[in-house]
Amino acid sequence: MSWLQEFFTGAPGTTTAVVWGTWVGALLTLCIYSFLYKDNPFYKFAESLFVGIGAAYWLAILYHNTLKPKLFVALFPGDSGEPVLWYRVFPGILAIFMLLRFFPKLSWLSRWALAFIVGMYAAVNLTGFAQADFVEQIYATMTTPLTGGGVLSFILNLSAVVGVVAVLLYFFFSKEHKGAMGVAAKIGILYLMVAFGASFGYTVMGRVSLLIGRMTFLLRDWLHVID
Amino acid sequence: MRREIPLAITFLIGVFMLVDFFVPHTAVTTSADELKQWGIIVIAASILLGIGNLVRVHSKKIARRNEGWGYSIITLTVMAVMLWLGLWPGAHLGPNEMIGTVEQGTPFNWMFLFMQVPLQSTMFSLLAFFIASAAYRAFRLRSAEASLLLIAAIIVMLGRVPLGQLLTRNLPEHAQLPWITETIMAYPNMAAFRGILMGAALGVMAMGLRIILGIERSYLGGEK
Repeated sequence: MSWLQEFFTGAPGTTTAVVWGTWVGALLTLCIYSFLYKDNPFYKFAESLFVGIGAAYWLAILYHNTLKPKLFVALFPGDSGEPVLWYRVFPGILAIFMLLRFFPKLSWLSRWALAFIVGMYAAVNLTGFAQADFVEQIYATMTTPLTGGGVLSFILNLSAVVGVVAVLLYFFFSKEHKGAMGVAAKIGILYLMVAFGASFGYTVMGRVSLLIGRMTFLLRDWLHVID
Repeated sequence: MRREIPLAITFLIGVFMLVDFFVPHTAVTTSADELKQWGIIVIAASILLGIGNLVRVHSKKIARRNEGWGYSIITLTVMAVMLWLGLWPGAHLGPNEMIGTVEQGTPFNWMFLFMQVPLQSTMFSLLAFFIASAAYRAFRLRSAEASLLLIAAIIVMLGRVPLGQLLTRNLPEHAQLPWITETIMAYPNMAAFRGILMGAALGVMAMGLRIILGIERSYLGGEK
């Protein structure tokens, strides 16, 4: 099979839907990359598609995964043999209240729904964060140096403990950062800088990885110039 | 009344969910689990509200013929098509309830795979270019702290690609870039983010209490 034939019809065994899909995907990819030159109608077109498709996609997923099974089927199970969960009418009412935000005269009712969510997640986060991000983190910090693994491992673990304490002291503003406190805060800054640099590098590599993925798609799946 | 009832709802629901944490009785746990399901439904409605707002904003733009109104037509049209494909009575997205599952071979799946996925990954990969200029501004050697940031970033970037391995492959294991990268990620990086995490957790806990007790009311808006 010649390159030109493969370019238009895809690799042997490829369905028409995939061939068309690859072309659409490739052209949309080029539309987005055209922004590297400057803002232009092709980019805006692709951007508009992205917003429209993204919003509709999530709405459909939301309907099929949440609203349909948890609300509509729960209230009207039909012939499925499932019991009617009559009390699901209350979140249904709250959901309607939430949508009343579109009507200025009744928009105050949306606060009831908002209050429900805020109250629930304030409590769930309060206990969740207290357990996972506070107590567990302190426990892990204090016990890590005792996990063994040789001298180097011990030193590194100990440096992590010093780092956590130093960073916490850096964020402690009730005492002026002078003397011993100033030294500890300075060490905290050093740890933070290393962490921010590492995170930046990690993010850059993540984006570059995505770029390589898109280039592979264009050169292999669309143009068939690499294997 | 317009503020008191929401404050009462927040207080009652918040206290009940706290009770659920401390009292692991079946009656409490079952009720709390049901309330969490209610929360998921109401959050779904809030996302619906967001999408409704998107439609309203673009519709207004088209009606007033504001600049770029043609693109709003594209957004709304493609949204309508995608919604029809995903919500028409016979539409079925997947065999289970996992988020993001889409039945193979459907037009909805086709639009997701060949339009949404390439657009999303290309959009994010664009940042690879812009992050380079951000890096130039952030990493200029101005102070000892900035140079630490620069060195850490370079090591992590090189340590995660084959080039890094190639450059240091003849050195002892603990001097090779991949090892140094892993060490930076596992110790100083973890230590700093653990400190930040603890601080943030304290903030979330304090804010949660303020909300439940009705001290923090900004989420209700400024109107009476």
